[in-house]
Amino acid sequence: MIALSDYLILSSILFCLAVAGIFLNRKNVIILLMCIELMLLAVNTNFIAFSHFLQDMTGQVFVFFILTVAAAEAAIGLAILVVLFRNRRTINVQDLDRLKG
Amino acid sequence: MGFEKFLFYCFAAITVAAAAMVITRRNPVHAVLWMVVAFVSSAALWLLLEAEFLGIVLVLVYVGAVMVLFLFVVMMLDIDIATLRAGFIKYLPVGALVATVMLVEIVLIVGPGNFGLDVFPAPPAAGVEVNNTRDLGMMLYTVYVYPFELAAVILLVAIVAAIRLTLRHRTDTKFIDPARQVEVRKGPDRIRILKMPAVVEAETQE
Repeated sequence: MIALSDYLILSSILFCLAVAGIFLNRKNVIILLMCIELMLLAVNTNFIAFSHFLQDMTGQVFVFFILTVAAAEAAIGLAILVVLFRNRRTINVQDLDRLKG
Repeated sequence: MGFEKFLFYCFAAITVAAAAMVITRRNPVHAVLWMVVAFVSSAALWLLLEAEFLGIVLVLVYVGAVMVLFLFVVMMLDIDIATLRAGFIKYLPVGALVATVMLVEIVLIVGPGNFGLDVFPAPPAAGVEVNNTRDLGMMLYTVYVYPFELAAVILLVAIVAAIRLTLRHRTDTKFIDPARQVEVRKGPDRIRILKMPAVVEAETQE
């Protein structure tokens, strides 16, 4: 049988890959957003694995809400990105230093 | 090694490989497409965990909506990949180091010693009478109905924010507002009414 630790190790690998992705693609905002989505996927897998092994539906309800918030976050983040590109003609993180004053 | 275990390792390998492709691809469009692979194989893993409703929702909402939104934005923006890729090799060692250290730490905690089968025995397989969608719905509409409504409000706020952010009134188009067009009056506006006698066109044929 598949143990709970197998699922937990899988999602920790996913999470660490996403962290590495944030380090590697630190100039491209789109890839950064996608790495955040990967992290959320790893967390959701954790929730569902615990929900299955503890026979408790609450974990799945949590995943439902996380999916909702993640969808809203992606929509608003991409809208901000589009406005940013319209104004600055770039999405390079290094060029986005306007708030420094 | 049962069939279930075989499926788990297949889908887990596909998910990890797709995630690795996402963070290393040069072209963002390819990265989004690999992301779709990661989500679909994760949905299969969720099906193995008897979370059927959420597995389908992951494919419908994530692959069907969020990833398509990402694709739209990636293709719409004219980005210079070369400058965005600069520093990839430079940050590779530190990124790999941090990720490896984190992974080792997490695995030490969540490894088979603490969360193995002898600590968390596998639950019996659910029979056909168990309805995951119905169970989740019963939870959502009774115990969690208030957070559920709040989630709906969050989605509404996201819609309003996304539309308001990207909406713009362009001044360089020759668009005419029909509402103002039909309100044109005779006196102050640029309209003049002529009085002229009716002209009957002369018969030209025969």
